[in-house]
Amino acid sequence: MKLGVLCSGGKDSLFACGRAMEKEEVVCLITIRPGNSESYMFHTPNVSFVSLQAEAAGLPLIEVETAGEKEKELDDLHEALVLAREQYRIEGVVTGAILSVYQASRVQRLCHDLGLWCFNPLWYTDQEDYLEALIHEGFEVIVSGVFAEPFDETWLGRPIDRTSVALLEQYVEKYGITLTGEGGEYETFVLDAPFFKKRIEVREASSEYRNYRGIYRIIHARLVEK
Amino acid sequence: MILLIDLCYREGSLGFDEYVMPVERIVERSGFGTSSVHYRSVSPADVPGAEAIILCGTPLADNAFLKVPGAFSWLEKTGVPVLGICAGMEMICKTFGGVLGPCTEIGMTGIRVAGNDPFFPESHSFSAYELHTLACTDPGPLKVLAVSDRCIQVIRHPVRPVYGLMFHPEVRNEWAVERFLSLTRNDSISR
Repeated sequence: MKLGVLCSGGKDSLFACGRAMEKEEVVCLITIRPGNSESYMFHTPNVSFVSLQAEAAGLPLIEVETAGEKEKELDDLHEALVLAREQYRIEGVVTGAILSVYQASRVQRLCHDLGLWCFNPLWYTDQEDYLEALIHEGFEVIVSGVFAEPFDETWLGRPIDRTSVALLEQYVEKYGITLTGEGGEYETFVLDAPFFKKRIEVREASSEYRNYRGIYRIIHARLVEK
Repeated sequence: MILLIDLCYREGSLGFDEYVMPVERIVERSGFGTSSVHYRSVSPADVPGAEAIILCGTPLADNAFLKVPGAFSWLEKTGVPVLGICAGMEMICKTFGGVLGPCTEIGMTGIRVAGNDPFFPESHSFSAYELHTLACTDPGPLKVLAVSDRCIQVIRHPVRPVYGLMFHPEVRNEWAVERFLSLTRNDSISR
């Protein structure tokens, strides 16, 4: 089955992409670039660098810009799925949804309306096992944004490794965040994945942080040999 | 051991991660061992060896399991407790003489329970996650235990411990799987 993967650039969509590649044929990545940083549906920081991830994975990219208004975003996603179906004959869509019924239901409805299959391979996964698998399988992931207490600015650009996962587990206990950031507490960007032919090297980046909210903005990045 | 049956379009599909594994985690957290098998590979020996059987759901676009004659013939005779989730409930409805018809629900839906059954002893309402394009439009001899505005949500066999849930209990209603397992272990649902 030919599948398109909804890709924000973060760990969940690219891990889901890897799982889909093991079982079906992934033919493209699909990304929505929000103009609104408070996008309801779509992860924002560094989404413009998804094109490098697509190149690293050897996959074409369907990219559609959205104004980021709550219900208009669905029209933009609809347009992106129609484009992916026309250009790459996708029969189904893969997302990295873990717990968000809001996100999953909307994508399920769109897929149903378009006659496409919808897969969420991380749906209600064990979050600790998932992060361990992410690290063990060689995904190189950095934190690209923080949006909740108690994240401080040292998190911006920090790799998701066993040390940071141990700290995140403490935050789950003490502050009630979701371990994987599914509640929007933090966002990530993937620099390398087992199925990437090259890895992404960040050459220049800047951080903005204030009052538990911050963004690690990649300014210049390139593909390098692994 | 609880036998989880994968109803997805093929063995080892991407749907397994989404529709079998979350249920498997609930069962294991409840202290039961599990084994999983694709519906086309169920052998006659698998069924009586299980403490209970759970028929798991499928992707919204996947109704292939309804078109394989004989794959669920074991269900007609078994005395082992069975819980069907979404696609699994559709199979139970079809097997025991009910009728399936088009009915699409996607997302959270209100469910009203009639009560008066060990599984749902009291009348109450709750919200549950739905993902289906078909529903049991005529339950035939099956008892209806709960409904939404659009369709029948919970059925059971009139005599045997065979239940069907149209909603997905693995999303925000894990208690439903836990209660089924608890009733199975306590032998509180008649065989």
